Amino acid sequence: MSDGLTVSGLSKTFVSGGGLLGGPEQRVRAVDDVSFAVEEQGSLGLVGESGCGKSTAARCVLRLIEPDAGAIHYADIDIAKAGRHELVRIRRRIQIVFQDPYSSLNPRRTIRQTLTEPLRVHGVCAGREADERAGQMLSEVGLSRDVLNRYPHEFSGGQRQRVGIARALMLEPSFVVADEPVSALDVSVQAQVLRLLADLRDRRRLGFLFISHDLGVIRHFCKQVAVMYLGRIVEQGPVEELFREPLHPYTRLLLDSSPVPDPAARRDLSEETGEVPSASNPPPGCAFHPRCPHAMPVCREIRPATTSPAPNRLVACHLYG
Amino acid sequence: MSTRTANPMWSALASAFRTNKTSWVGFVMIVLIILAALLAPVLAPADPIEQDILRKLEPPSAESILGTDSFGRDILSRILYGARISLVVGLASILIASLIGGALGVIAGYVGGRVDRLIMGAMDVMLAFPTLLLGLMIVAMIGPSLQNLIIAIALTEIAPFARIARAPTLLLREREFIEAGRALGFSDLRLMFVHILPNIVSDLVVMGTLWMAQAIRTEASLSFIGLGVPPPTATWGSMVREGFEHILDAPWLAVLPSLAILLTVIALNMLGDGLRDAIDPKLRRE
Repeated sequence: MSDGLTVSGLSKTFVSGGGLLGGPEQRVRAVDDVSFAVEEQGSLGLVGESGCGKSTAARCVLRLIEPDAGAIHYADIDIAKAGRHELVRIRRRIQIVFQDPYSSLNPRRTIRQTLTEPLRVHGVCAGREADERAGQMLSEVGLSRDVLNRYPHEFSGGQRQRVGIARALMLEPSFVVADEPVSALDVSVQAQVLRLLADLRDRRRLGFLFISHDLGVIRHFCKQVAVMYLGRIVEQGPVEELFREPLHPYTRLLLDSSPVPDPAARRDLSEETGEVPSASNPPPGCAFHPRCPHAMPVCREIRPATTSPAPNRLVACHLYG
Repeated sequence: MSTRTANPMWSALASAFRTNKTSWVGFVMIVLIILAALLAPVLAPADPIEQDILRKLEPPSAESILGTDSFGRDILSRILYGARISLVVGLASILIASLIGGALGVIAGYVGGRVDRLIMGAMDVMLAFPTLLLGLMIVAMIGPSLQNLIIAIALTEIAPFARIARAPTLLLREREFIEAGRALGFSDLRLMFVHILPNIVSDLVVMGTLWMAQAIRTEASLSFIGLGVPPPTATWGSMVREGFEHILDAPWLAVLPSLAILLTVIALNMLGDGLRDAIDPKLRRE
């Protein structure tokens, strides 16, 4: 097994309803046969519209959601099969930064409690030494050490997100899953927090799985990118190449619909937009075919296999089959 | 900017008093009642259980301000000492009920599924019995004494606390700080009782105040039908019952302890209502 994070064949289906009084049973294939790899100290961006399953995939990597199928390896640890004890080891090596800084900090706990609790629980250290480490971490994320005794409601969104980042780093992990870490913040603050994450990544040699719906953020932060649509990865490749020459029609749609500064360069998207189909009842064949400008008869029936039309590039589309 | 700030729960409670006059009045009344109970040995003009047959059924006079009962005992003294029983039973039973009920509610809400259905099903069965009837059954089974009375009343009030604790737990469980805790390897017990419970303590305090009034009423009712703390201990409920026999010739015997019950219950309700009004919007805002 190579170093870094390797995920293959990851699947997760949510079932709701059913039973005696639950009404009709609904199955949502949130993550469907997803495979990707992030090298040691590498950074992969997972991009897609809301509801495409990218956050579910990220949570499966940490076993915050139990995957139905698939293999997940990090360094020498088999995450998918890990038992209680091994999970504790994983907790110290892989951490997560959440999207909503208002929901991710316990309003009843001081910053000191929030930051030192992981150290105490894992038996790393406690008391004065833990406080010292918490103080150091605060200055590393750009906050004053004086805030240790404060409560989250006294901070702005950006400051809270810094605390969330500090908490994730307290156990000195080597890999961070960042689930839309800046999308809940003001645009002016986004750039600061993004720069902080990049600094920390370089200084601490962290690997990153970076979830975002914002291509600009991914482009800035990641070396590799994977595009998800309705639970499946439709295209993967190095960021620069993928942005320069997108292969999958959905990737093109995403790139075209991200804001362009020059009005003259904007394209009319009307023929390609349209509603995202329901994940509980995805279209047969290629899930993207109802919105795809290049849809062929085969797209309606056969799900495209993943092929590699160019070195380092992966795409799941009949145009390249 | 100061480096030390108040716990948000206590500042919410403090601002509840500032913004809500009702809760303030209730609070002052409760403090006075508690002081009266604590200082009963100092304030009481006579021994509450010492009988003086020669002075029985005296109306209020300079000698005994609120009169005497059918055994010649000083009523003011008995009301002051009776406050101790009411407050101790009310407070102790609510503490027990909120601890057990709160824990059950948090577990039911956090774990969910079959555990949730089992716990809440049992709570629904308990809620189906009228409080007084349930208390009466339990006291009849284990016998009347101060300790048993507290246990019986506590048992009747576990169910509402479980319900109060479960609802916010369902919301808090979905918050990202719980997920962050799991990602950091915290145990479910820690997440339930170190992370979720402190977030619902203010809800439990509000409910506890309101249900303490209910507990005091249940205690008085059980005493009234003779299943309370056995005589000759002064309790408000048993004083009302004893006074009932002389309701025509010496009405103050029943009326005065009834007033004491009424005032205490009203004070607790005012305090609880005010606290709830003041705290609820704050919890939503966070």
